[in-house]
Amino acid sequence: MQALPTATALRDAIRRRELTAEGAVQQALDRIHDLDGALHAFLHMDEARALTRARDLDRRTTPAGPLHGVPIAIKDNISTRGLRTTAGSRILEHYTPAFDATVIERLEAAGAVVIGKTVCDEFAMGSSTEHSAFGPSRNPWALDRIPGGSSGGSAVAVAAGLTPLALGSDTGGSVRQPAALCGVVGLKPTYGRVSRYGLIAFASSLDQIGPFSRSVPDAALTLEVIAGHDRRDSTSAQRAVEPFAAALSGDLRGLRIGVPRHLLDAGVDPHVLKSFDESLGVLASLGAAISTVELPHSRYAIPVYYLVATAEASANLARYDGVRYGLRAAGAATLDEMYEKTRSAGFGAEVKRRIVLGTYVLSAGYYDAYYLKAQQVRTLIRQDYERAFESVDAVALPTSPTPAFKIGERVEDPIQMYLADVFTVAAPLAGLPAISVPSGLTPDRLPIGLQLTGRAWEEATILRMADAFERVRPIAHPDLAVAGRV
Amino acid sequence: MAPKLSREDVLRVADLARLELTEDEIARFTRQLADVLAYAEDVQGADTSGTPPMSHPLASETAWREDEPVPSLDRAESLERAPQADRAAGLFKVPKVL
Repeated sequence: MQALPTATALRDAIRRRELTAEGAVQQALDRIHDLDGALHAFLHMDEARALTRARDLDRRTTPAGPLHGVPIAIKDNISTRGLRTTAGSRILEHYTPAFDATVIERLEAAGAVVIGKTVCDEFAMGSSTEHSAFGPSRNPWALDRIPGGSSGGSAVAVAAGLTPLALGSDTGGSVRQPAALCGVVGLKPTYGRVSRYGLIAFASSLDQIGPFSRSVPDAALTLEVIAGHDRRDSTSAQRAVEPFAAALSGDLRGLRIGVPRHLLDAGVDPHVLKSFDESLGVLASLGAAISTVELPHSRYAIPVYYLVATAEASANLARYDGVRYGLRAAGAATLDEMYEKTRSAGFGAEVKRRIVLGTYVLSAGYYDAYYLKAQQVRTLIRQDYERAFESVDAVALPTSPTPAFKIGERVEDPIQMYLADVFTVAAPLAGLPAISVPSGLTPDRLPIGLQLTGRAWEEATILRMADAFERVRPIAHPDLAVAGRV
Repeated sequence: MAPKLSREDVLRVADLARLELTEDEIARFTRQLADVLAYAEDVQGADTSGTPPMSHPLASETAWREDEPVPSLDRAESLERAPQADRAAGLFKVPKVL
């Protein structure tokens, strides 16, 4: 079975009338029917709606926009009007939003067709999709392994060629880490670049929506479509959206890349290290100057992240009270009892763990020692990056310290699970853009990702580096015979 | 240095967060969160004297806009999503408070 082409190639084929939008959507649906029983990338779909929308696009005399007819998968924590949006939680199992997230409006205005909603860890809290209340997704490269998380289903959809594009959200690495483990491109934009109106909130000083794609130009194009100020999100910045896709020159001469060697000393898989060193060689051969940088406070990034993110989550998730939408537990005599029964029945173990931890670090007597301290170290982490960016244009690290681990391996060990994000949490803490691009495979054919982190608002630079890299190291595709009909 | 997380801490905090935990959850969370907090103790090693806390990457960019009324979510559509509502009166319903 042939995998789908890139979004750009598909759009061009539709433009040349070699294919209709309906044909493109039907292909995606056929492939989902064939493969998703084994992969479980999707939670809900509305096939009739997607096909109707594709036919509407086909009736137009001019293209709707740069994604005309391109199917896209959406992480299930992004609100879609009339299409169920659960955030992977029982508490929202039957919730259907009355409005679209701004990113959905912008994608549809550009001609993209929403195919369905993808599996994620509950409220985006996890690194494997095993904290989804509706079962995990499976890595298309090895079905007994996790796809990464929390946006795992979106990564699987793109890696398996179910759709050429997907959206995820990245709070501590939830786009980049699954992109690396599934062998696709994943971009976390600068904090404030993309509107979060309609994104179900996890940690509001960190959350950012970003694309998954099978090529860097596709990621650049999708960012162009979804980026820009939105009056409904006061944290979306008043910044002009650059033509990111047009800036991909393939030339890295004059660009400098820093490597924080001291972060690579322990716990990094030897195949990941080998691929990383080879990747630096490729970047150097393309003209980039490679040097060593120091990020001394990044060693605190994981504890700082889990203190800050859980504190914010405990406040954001207070809204699930059984009053206005979502689950309400039956049989409560008082309002307080209703809150407790609803939240206890509706939230899964990881969400409860994080609410308890976040409430604890914000509680009287512990606030200064944990939350305030973490916020101060967060400043130091950001200052380290600012200092590094005086001498380099991007910082390179492996995206994930290991390839995809086995389903079940870490689910009862929160610290081991949290360490999956050791290289990805610093960028959101500092508010910086970062991209993961496939850098190769282990001898067991598991994907490895290279992460490039840039200055705030300089997505164009890391996209240019990732694109040049990808031209030399083209993305590999999984053999899906194992997942298909037999 | 904060003390080790106890069962009582977990119960107190769960109550603040309006969570009713099972015996199994109390035991597991006490153990797991004590481990996480012990791990997080690491941050105490960072010298933060004179360092301001960072609450937000864009704290310096305050967004201003005109206060123009625009349509918001439709009341009937919002009430449709409520577990219990008096649609005619336009109200969400909850168990008796008083």
